[in-house]
Amino acid sequence: MSDLKRTGLFDLHVEHGAKMVPFAGYAMPVQYKPGVMKEHVHTRVAAGLFDVSHMGQVILRGEAPALALERLVPQALAGLGEGRQRYAFFTGEDGGILDDLMVANRGDHLFVVVNAACKDADIALMRAGLPDCEVEEITDRALLALQGPQAEAALAVIAPEAATMKFMDVAVLDSAFGPLWISRSGYTGEDGYEISVGDSQARALADTLLADDTVELIGLGARDSLRLEAGLCLYGNDIDTTTSPVEAALEWAVQKVRRNGGAREGGFPGAARILEEFETGTARRRVGLLPGTRAPMRAGTDLYATPENGEAIGHVTSGAYGPTLEAPVSMGYVAIEYAATGTQIYGEVRGKRLPVRVADMPFRPSTYKR
Amino acid sequence: MKYTEEHEWIRTEDDGTVVVGITNHAANELGDIVFIELPEEGDEMTKDDEVVVIESVKAASDILAPLDGEVVEVNSAIVDEPGKINEDAEGDGWFFRLKPADLAPMEEYMDEAGYKAFIG
Repeated sequence: MSDLKRTGLFDLHVEHGAKMVPFAGYAMPVQYKPGVMKEHVHTRVAAGLFDVSHMGQVILRGEAPALALERLVPQALAGLGEGRQRYAFFTGEDGGILDDLMVANRGDHLFVVVNAACKDADIALMRAGLPDCEVEEITDRALLALQGPQAEAALAVIAPEAATMKFMDVAVLDSAFGPLWISRSGYTGEDGYEISVGDSQARALADTLLADDTVELIGLGARDSLRLEAGLCLYGNDIDTTTSPVEAALEWAVQKVRRNGGAREGGFPGAARILEEFETGTARRRVGLLPGTRAPMRAGTDLYATPENGEAIGHVTSGAYGPTLEAPVSMGYVAIEYAATGTQIYGEVRGKRLPVRVADMPFRPSTYKR
Repeated sequence: MKYTEEHEWIRTEDDGTVVVGITNHAANELGDIVFIELPEEGDEMTKDDEVVVIESVKAASDILAPLDGEVVEVNSAIVDEPGKINEDAEGDGWFFRLKPADLAPMEEYMDEAGYKAFIG
């Protein structure tokens, strides 16, 4: 663990009894004393505080940074309102997904949050692809996520205006901990916030939030089961360079203005394949999967059309026990003829083919404050 | 009570059968247990066979048969509520009862003090 990077909240995690594990080059808390199940449930019924400082925070400045960034992603960013955020992904020339990210319009610049494992590549990609923009990696700010039904009340004590924000709004709010860069978003399916705070104030902000009885620290283990129940993709598992946006069922994240016939059609890497797939569909598709027994079907589980014989028709890319569903839950890719909701297929677990049903996502309705 | 290096406990009963489970330490290390697959009553097992599959929120693990013998009872309550294993691994969270065919390996297994030293 000694060669791993640490976030500014490393000591906080250790003091709270975290089990630290390597994740994307960082020592990160996978769980605290209560354990994954209790942490998951706590986030759904109260509020969870996550250290996500390992993620990349980047500012893009230029004449028209939103229009410029459209050269690297299939999202409509030029029309994104000031104070609004949008989910996006970088695509490769072959139509695969290089990383997913959040893009916020903060008036005279964009604020971008990217995955930890991809941040160096993403920054290099933006520097190479956006010569008309200044790409500044923010390295002196921590990033906290506060998620769950009590998140609004807990943050209101520190930044009252945050309570008036809607899902995917962003704002810079003054506080006792300096300016907080806040978005009303997250990756758990819950209402909540992501909060960027200066490194020197991060510990004090975390301690203040944790002094609220409703707020508990939550590790990466519960973060994974929370996002899975919410049907959200984990980059590197459910989407990667080998999956296209249409295969990944992410059509909703590509606005019409960038599709065929749109005013700013194409013009992003892999557009030829991706736009064609909007017309023709794909041979496989990412789907939700609800196992028919209590046995979890984890990433790598092969999927079959029949209880015996035949070739695999897909595989699981994420799978875990869903503490809120009180049942195992998975997602994965299946051949398109098996992708309809309700289709009965089989997952091979320890040599046995167990029933699993294709299901709509999210598995549990999200509670975003729209 | 005897303990194996695989973190199982084995309790000999007055009727000569043995009850098998995993230690509190093992349950704690595994984290929240969400699934368990037990053998069936009447199954014959051979020492070191993989006879139980246990899955926690983190990963799947195999539990090995500590002795040769015949399964005479299984704890079906933990199949419906695997969390019982975390709550009381060395009591209500027991796995199965065995009619042992050969008790010789018991001599090799640790007593409580030995197991405590083993887990440090």
